[in-house]
Amino acid sequence: MIRVEHLQKKFGNSEVLKDINFKVDENDVVVIIGPSGSGKSTLLRCVAKLENATSGDIFFNDTKMTEEDHKLCELKGKLGMVFQHFNLFPNLTVLQNITLAPILVKKIEKKEAVEDAKYLLDLVGLGEKAGAYPHSLSGGQKQRVAIARSLAMHPQLMLFDEPTSALDPEMVGEVLQVMKKLANEGMTMIIVTHEMGFARQVSNRVLFMDGGHIVEENTPDELFDHPIHQRTQDFLAKVLV
Amino acid sequence: MTSFNFQLIIDYLPYFFKGIIYTIGFSIASIALGTVFGLLIALGKMLPNKFLAAPFKGYVGLFRGTPLLVQILVINFGVVPLVLGKSNSIVAGILALSLNSSAYIAEIFRSGIQAVSEGQGEAAATLGLSPNQTMLHIILPQAVKIILPPLGNEFISLIKDSSLASVISAPEVTYWAQAMNAQYYRVWEPYLTSGLIYLILTLSISSILHSVERRLAVND
Ligand SMILES: Nc1ncnc2c1ncn2[C@@H]1O[C@H](COP(=O)(O)OP(=O)(O)OP(=O)(O)O)[C@@H](O)[C@H]1O
Ligand SMILES: [Mg+2]
Repeated sequence: MIRVEHLQKKFGNSEVLKDINFKVDENDVVVIIGPSGSGKSTLLRCVAKLENATSGDIFFNDTKMTEEDHKLCELKGKLGMVFQHFNLFPNLTVLQNITLAPILVKKIEKKEAVEDAKYLLDLVGLGEKAGAYPHSLSGGQKQRVAIARSLAMHPQLMLFDEPTSALDPEMVGEVLQVMKKLANEGMTMIIVTHEMGFARQVSNRVLFMDGGHIVEENTPDELFDHPIHQRTQDFLAKVLV
Repeated sequence: MTSFNFQLIIDYLPYFFKGIIYTIGFSIASIALGTVFGLLIALGKMLPNKFLAAPFKGYVGLFRGTPLLVQILVINFGVVPLVLGKSNSIVAGILALSLNSSAYIAEIFRSGIQAVSEGQGEAAATLGLSPNQTMLHIILPQAVKIILPPLGNEFISLIKDSSLASVISAPEVTYWAQAMNAQYYRVWEPYLTSGLIYLILTLSISSILHSVERRLAVND
């Protein structure tokens, strides 16, 4: 579904991503871990076309996304993204946040969009919040709305950039719960996270990044229990205390 | 100074009222046109293509870099006769004031739009919204709240700046103050009255604006 080949990204003179290669197939749940500044967000943002790659190619269903004039909006929500800071639209209600893109982009009837939105709100456990504005929600609730908003476009692939790291600890669980549900339903996902237990439970592949490289890639059990590279071992020793 | 003559002011009040109508009319017409032009110029200035954005930047530079009085004279004695075939101080006054304020309002819009966090545009883009849809449904509604206070200040400036239209004999408050000065050879009565009128106008507008702002802040 996604194929990344020799991806390189520079900001000015600093090379943030160096020769990145990986593949994501349908129903894969790929987790990316690594220390701060290793390039995880940048990689996700390149895949989402929020950043333009400096060189190399990214294919989404065999469409070459790395062409300069290929615009993100042309994907029409086929590739959903959930951000660390939610980025809900504060001027719209929860329901309007979710129905906006289906109505504007997919030209779905409003009634149908509202029905779908209500179904999705129930799915993330926020059925009664349809009329609320984002500012009245807790962080965990905001993130669940953000997930529902992405799902409303029925994406083929969901990207998550540290979806729980801006949350109070007691709210992390409710968001991870929703993501687990998605994984079980076969949603293809790429997740950047520091939640190692969760990574192990949901993923079928883990990438460890450091210094702009993918240092190691393996099944979660192998990578967490038998890391091959020294840098992976050091990182895991630090986070798995 | 001979004693202050209130009776003269009372006799002249009908003319001052007429002037107030014109002053308010000039200001409302100019803030409305200036806001429309200002938004278009702000969007033009933010075009990613440098060559397309250049004329809009030039426009803002020109109108902010030259005195309003000069703009009023050029438009009244040059532009309007050229286009309409005859001079018209009301058209010229409104045109000069709106073109001038649009340059300032463009900057207000630009900073308001840029103050909306980048994440909003990114979220909209990943949902498949086009740049225009994002601007219309996400960015502008949020920018409006940021823009409203400086836009209100611009309206207050327009009330005061519209007094410059008296030089082209547009019949607003200052014009009538000058007329009264010429008729009675009095200084204090006409000019202090006009000053007081401007003060009342600007103070009432700023108190209206404050209550609107307070109501808009509720949703934050
Ligand atoms: N827009 C930008 N301009 C310049 N440098 C940037 C930009 N975005 C990221 N960087 C740099 O790229 C490097 C990788 O950043 P990135 O955000 O991808 O790391 P990360 O792995 O997501 O880290 P974290 O775990 O802290 O989120 C960092 O050194 C960062 O300073
Ligand atoms: Mg990051």
